[in-house]
Amino acid sequence: MSRTGKGTDEGGPERLYLVDGGPGRSQRADTIELVSLIVARAEPEPGMLPEAAAVLRMCHFPLSVAEISAYLTLPVSTVTVLLADLLAHRQVEARAPVPAAVLPDTELLQAVMHGLQNL
Amino acid sequence: MDYRTSETLVGPRSEDALPASAAAAVKIVIVGGFGVGKTTMVGSVSEIRPLTTEETMTQAGVGVDDIAGVERKTETTVAMDFGRISLNEQLVLYLFGTPGQERFWFLWNGLFEGALGAVVLIDTRRLEVSFDVLGRLEERGVPFVVAINAFPGAPVHPVDELRAALDLPDAVPIIDCDARDRGSSRDTLLTLVSYLQHLTTVTPETP
Ligand SMILES: Nc1nc2c(ncn2[C@@H]2O[C@H](COP(=O)(O)OP(=O)(O)OP(=O)(O)O)[C@@H](O)[C@H]2O)c(=O)[nH]1
Ligand SMILES: [Mg+2]
Repeated sequence: MSRTGKGTDEGGPERLYLVDGGPGRSQRADTIELVSLIVARAEPEPGMLPEAAAVLRMCHFPLSVAEISAYLTLPVSTVTVLLADLLAHRQVEARAPVPAAVLPDTELLQAVMHGLQNL
Repeated sequence: MDYRTSETLVGPRSEDALPASAAAAVKIVIVGGFGVGKTTMVGSVSEIRPLTTEETMTQAGVGVDDIAGVERKTETTVAMDFGRISLNEQLVLYLFGTPGQERFWFLWNGLFEGALGAVVLIDTRRLEVSFDVLGRLEERGVPFVVAINAFPGAPVHPVDELRAALDLPDAVPIIDCDARDRGSSRDTLLTLVSYLQHLTTVTPETP
């Protein structure tokens, strides 16, 4: 399947490798999930990876990892590595998804129900 | 033209921004065979124009060379449509529509983990494409409802015949839906949520 999103698409393999940071990826990556909400806590700085700067610009308001991946047209795993680095430098904040319990709790389901009913 | 100039414009349109108060998200996955209406359903209920995210999967190749002990690995990019519904000022729901290639759905780490549940869209002209996914959802303990998408000319089966053909327990809801219709898609999601509520209140059954 091909990419269908719109956005930056100049990244060749070398460039993706750069974004991935090569070996020794950050440990923080496992705290970032597909629907973690990311909020910028810093302004882009000169010399930053363009992708990292783009994340800081687009996350002025909360944005999920999935949305960031869509707007950057980069795979989720690549975006996750990028975000882990920004998190480690406190340049972004990550709001974790509602934790996955064995079964979701009644209050959460009630909120989902009400939200959908208001659609 | 300098391609970098476009980078400053990457990101959501201002009307697609979530409120600063958005604190946490939940997700629901919409699965089903090729062309069954997954993307349509995501689009009909989403508050944003559906977006596409992608992931790179590494799969061990089929032709394993035993003598050399070398395993061939193939990299595949899988694209997934998704949409968003703000449930209230704090809570956001994301809907992911799986792509047609079923073998990749369960390789996508983090797609089903933490999901509230799944909607399995079914085209009654091709029931067999759903067998595998139903089995895998059961195996993973992902709660799901089955939605029958009404395609013109599709055979209409009584619900109990479908239930038997799909080998589904009585508790799993089977509903009709039109993925093109916002109200119908919303009702399908509501059916899933009431089923989840039912699961949380029901005492564990004795087999
Ligand atoms: N009659 C009818 N047509 C539908 C319905 N849902 C989708 N369609 C049509 O079926 C076609 C395929 O729908 P998609 O939403 O692209 O299906 P999909 O499951 O995302 O397909 P893949 O991603 O390719 O697997 C489109 O032309 C839709 O307009 C439905 O509920 N009823
Ligand atoms: Mg689709």
